[in-house]
Amino acid sequence: MSEASFPLLSLTTFAPLVGALFVMIIRGTPEEVARNARWVAFVASVTTFLLSLLVLVNFDGSSAEFQLVEYQPWLESAGIGYKMGVDGISVWFVLLSTLLSPLCILASWRSIKIRVREYMIAFLVLETMMVGMFCALDMLVFYIFFEGVLLPMFLIIGVWGGGRRIYAAFKFFLYTLLGSILMLVAVIAMYFAAGHTTDIPTLMTTQFPRDMQMIIWLAFFASFAVKVPMWPVHTWLPDAHVEAPTAGSVILAGVLLKMGGYGFLRFSIPMMPLASDAYAPLVFALSCIAVVYTSLVALVQQDMKKLIAYSSIAHMGFVTAAIFSMNETAVAGSIIQMLSHGIVSGALFLCVGVVYDRLHTREIARYGGLATNMPRFALVFMLFTMASVGLPGTSGFVGEFLILYGAFEHNTYVAAFLATGMILGAAYMLYLYRRVVFGALTKDDVKAMLDMSPREIAIFVPLIILTLWMGIYPSTFLDPIEVSVTKLVENYDAALAAAQSGAALVTGQQ
Amino acid sequence: MESLIVFLPLIGALVAGFAGRAIGGHKGDLFAQIVSSGLLVISAILAWIVFVKVGILAEDPTDKAYTVELLRWVTVGNFSFDWALRIDTLTGVMLVVITTVSSLVHIYSIGYMHHDPSIPRFQAYLSLFTFMMLMLVTADNLVQMFFGWEGVGLASYLLIGFWYKKPSANAAAIKAFVVNRVGDFGFALGIFGVFVLTGSLSFDSVFNAIPGVVGDEANAVSFNFLWFTLSGQEAITTVCLLLFMGAMGKSAQLGLHTWLPDAMEGPTPVSALIHAATMVTAGVFMVCRLSPIFEYSETALMVVTFVGASTAFFAATIGLTQNDIKRVIAYSTCSQLGYMFFAAGVSAYPAAMFHLFTHAFFKALLFLGAGAVIHAVSDEQDMRKMGGLAPYIKKTMLMMWIGSLALSGVGIPGTSIGFAGFFSKDAILESAYAADTGIGRYAFWLGIAAAVMTAFYSWRLLWMTFHTPARGDEKVMAHVHESPNVMLVPLYVLAIGAVFAGVVFAPYFTGHHFQEFWGDSILILESHQALENSHHVPVWVKLLPLVVGIIGIFGAIWVYRGGLERGQSIGRFWGPFYQFSLNKWYFDELYDFLFVRPCFALGRLFWKRGDGSIIDGLGPDGVAKGTSVIAGRISLLQTGYLYHYAFAMLIGVVLLISFYLLAH
Repeated sequence: MSEASFPLLSLTTFAPLVGALFVMIIRGTPEEVARNARWVAFVASVTTFLLSLLVLVNFDGSSAEFQLVEYQPWLESAGIGYKMGVDGISVWFVLLSTLLSPLCILASWRSIKIRVREYMIAFLVLETMMVGMFCALDMLVFYIFFEGVLLPMFLIIGVWGGGRRIYAAFKFFLYTLLGSILMLVAVIAMYFAAGHTTDIPTLMTTQFPRDMQMIIWLAFFASFAVKVPMWPVHTWLPDAHVEAPTAGSVILAGVLLKMGGYGFLRFSIPMMPLASDAYAPLVFALSCIAVVYTSLVALVQQDMKKLIAYSSIAHMGFVTAAIFSMNETAVAGSIIQMLSHGIVSGALFLCVGVVYDRLHTREIARYGGLATNMPRFALVFMLFTMASVGLPGTSGFVGEFLILYGAFEHNTYVAAFLATGMILGAAYMLYLYRRVVFGALTKDDVKAMLDMSPREIAIFVPLIILTLWMGIYPSTFLDPIEVSVTKLVENYDAALAAAQSGAALVTGQQ
Repeated sequence: MESLIVFLPLIGALVAGFAGRAIGGHKGDLFAQIVSSGLLVISAILAWIVFVKVGILAEDPTDKAYTVELLRWVTVGNFSFDWALRIDTLTGVMLVVITTVSSLVHIYSIGYMHHDPSIPRFQAYLSLFTFMMLMLVTADNLVQMFFGWEGVGLASYLLIGFWYKKPSANAAAIKAFVVNRVGDFGFALGIFGVFVLTGSLSFDSVFNAIPGVVGDEANAVSFNFLWFTLSGQEAITTVCLLLFMGAMGKSAQLGLHTWLPDAMEGPTPVSALIHAATMVTAGVFMVCRLSPIFEYSETALMVVTFVGASTAFFAATIGLTQNDIKRVIAYSTCSQLGYMFFAAGVSAYPAAMFHLFTHAFFKALLFLGAGAVIHAVSDEQDMRKMGGLAPYIKKTMLMMWIGSLALSGVGIPGTSIGFAGFFSKDAILESAYAADTGIGRYAFWLGIAAAVMTAFYSWRLLWMTFHTPARGDEKVMAHVHESPNVMLVPLYVLAIGAVFAGVVFAPYFTGHHFQEFWGDSILILESHQALENSHHVPVWVKLLPLVVGIIGIFGAIWVYRGGLERGQSIGRFWGPFYQFSLNKWYFDELYDFLFVRPCFALGRLFWKRGDGSIIDGLGPDGVAKGTSVIAGRISLLQTGYLYHYAFAMLIGVVLLISFYLLAH
């Protein structure tokens, strides 16, 4: 583990917070405040992105160790410290968060009109929380960031959301909080069992007794499953998405849903390998149900955002099934799928935002024939529809294909169920596309819609490039991921083997 | 050079699509047309050079098959696949077919799409399709093949739905994509199976490993698929059947064929290029490319033969009664693809590829000819409203005649005189006979039956369109005109192919020395000698296809010589059978009932009941409601009367004292 001489990760994490402070002190007429708040937030988030690129530059992709590690004693007597670091898995999630944030601020440029300053503050705080969560190498620090994400998101939905925003915000909050509380109890239990430490690398090498693993796994699962979200604790997501402003949906789909998957990879698998192995069938069953069930539900949606929200649940079903297949291909695939989904579903929500800003409705039936007057939009939307469907050459394919193979190797039933998602996914996405973009342009208000502005195109360009990049030459991303995943899988297999030989020894003695 | 063949169309697509649009107006249209067509013509010329070099001139094995590496794609542990171009005879044949037909269709479209407002988009889609198809056939591993496979699916989706204002076109586009996805479901699982069995995805290593999988019973690789545990032979059969499911989807074979007739909603040049000459033959190509796997499974080959033969027959019966000129040709395509599959099923892969090759010419000719007809009669596609066109569009009529003669396989057995289809179809039927197996005979007789029907519906089409009395209204008839040269010249070129492709290439593709031509690109085991034996079948087998063809031709002329009345009365006489054929064996209705409706109904059930009533009802909403109910109850306790509180306190004290006393 290499200590960093320069606190790059902390800088990246807290740069948005500094920006938020600047936004806070802006004074002047409401218009001036709004304009300055937008610019300061944008500059702050772009700076953060540039800093995160520095993280990537300084990251050694050939090493599976935690890198750029920072440590500050905090509650020293209790064995708790402020510790940050990234490996081949988390570094990409950091980049995903820092990339999506400035795009979200751009996307909110015109659509957010009230309380702009407060909105920007909430967003920048949210970014700090997300980045901090992916960098944290101390369980308590992680927990603080992990819960910290909830608050600004709760406000973004509750204040700047749609008609039923209060209901959605509370549903979101209650669901996720319930899980988190159970997790906190488990964290405390682990703290004592591991000898008064919350250091994540240490906990990863600690072997917890099997019975204890079985219980704390469930506690963590309660928290992560809600975040993913897995069937049947998924019903908060469609409501939250529908009511959230566009940028909120992008972050929700793009980053917040990844917290669950990341949690499984960072905690459940390495710290509770025996329990993970034992509970894998449960995860498979829930994932398979999720894929088929939510795909069918997506097919009959009349609200664009709800449809994409349900499709997100289906895609995350792929991810959870893959993580617990625990072979290199599946796990690497699950990470690629999470990154890809972050970009693609984020972009899809941005696409919805583009038309929502013009017509102020999410109802699919109100649209139709956009290909005629919005050809640029039609092209962009088509690209991301195809990426969502998993067309080869786009990022969606690489993740899906690796996952399917990994699952196939582990359990062909799971693979067969997941693969039906390929068919249903094509059905609901193309059906959506047809109703929105194709057809005759007859409605007057739809006719009046203008094609995308340069600002809107600028938002999509980086996402398009990444989607194709990850689809055509994913090695850039896969190589560092593979190094870390290999280590994860090796440790997991070793733990299982050790437990088995231990059990054999016990029976042998008797 | 190989890279140029593949990537020129992609460049064409991007330039035509973006720059053509940016320039805008008539200039932009012209620019898009010239760039995309020009690049494809170059690509086609290069493709012919490669074909001749690899297929005909090369003697050395290293020149007969080689790979051009492009870029690393995915590597995770052993699971890896790259972007690469594999060139051998099989690829060469496909390169020639694709680029030739595609460049002609590009040129033809300049005339056909003349009035369309979105010409750059159309040309870009055509070029994009060509690129994807070329990636498919040059793949050196299963995943790149899958890339091309899905890519052509995308292009096909975009082109079927090109006229996006028509609801029927949109529905057809989605149907094509989704039905193909059903096939791809099998294809993907098949790819995984191959990797589990052989530890590789690249063709060379897979093909080298397959004999080991079968041969060694003792340490055979085994894998579990659903509730089966499979090893050796069974495993190969399973993998082949899964892969074949993909082929069935793409090539519209029985069961997964329903999208192809609907795909005729697309502009006619698209039908010629994608839904006749190239994309739909990808399944046949796949089986031939994977012959080193299929050869090791008798069961899989039997299934291929059975499905192919059944499709050939089934689609022909539907073709007999359709009234839309394009649908007749679409079902004909479906039927001809069946021929190709059963040829592959009896291990006569060269015959299958030969038919693919000749079929590309005459079927594209028929489609483009039909396009010229439709163009002439103001976009009418219903043959019942045509008739009597012969005097007005003689050149088009001649082209249609040539196409139909080639499709019906007219020629003189025992000589080298005949239209292209004569050589390839006879090679297939003779191979099926010569396979000397039960399933081979099944294919042979169904193939003969389909041949009668093929001839019948082809001449039915010719007579209904050209030679019966005119039924169009005056306005349409006054407008009937021959197509411009930009549309006719591609027809002439294809007609040359439809006439001569058979006689020129038969010695190479299926002659006595076909092994020299194909090199190692196709594997035929010693025990499968159908093609070799087909050169020595009885005379009646050689004659029969021609005889039944002539019966079909004259049958159709007899029925339709005076108009439609006799045909209609025959239809009434055979009522239920006629309806069964006219309604396409009710496949669409069946699938709608079995899959489409239940999916939507289940979706609504899960949404309203599952998510709404059960999960939310018992979960968050239920808890919230329960909390407020309980809170309400509790608040009832706070009545404000002092004696209520005093009474509660008294009870509390009693309980406490009792507890204290009992505990001690």
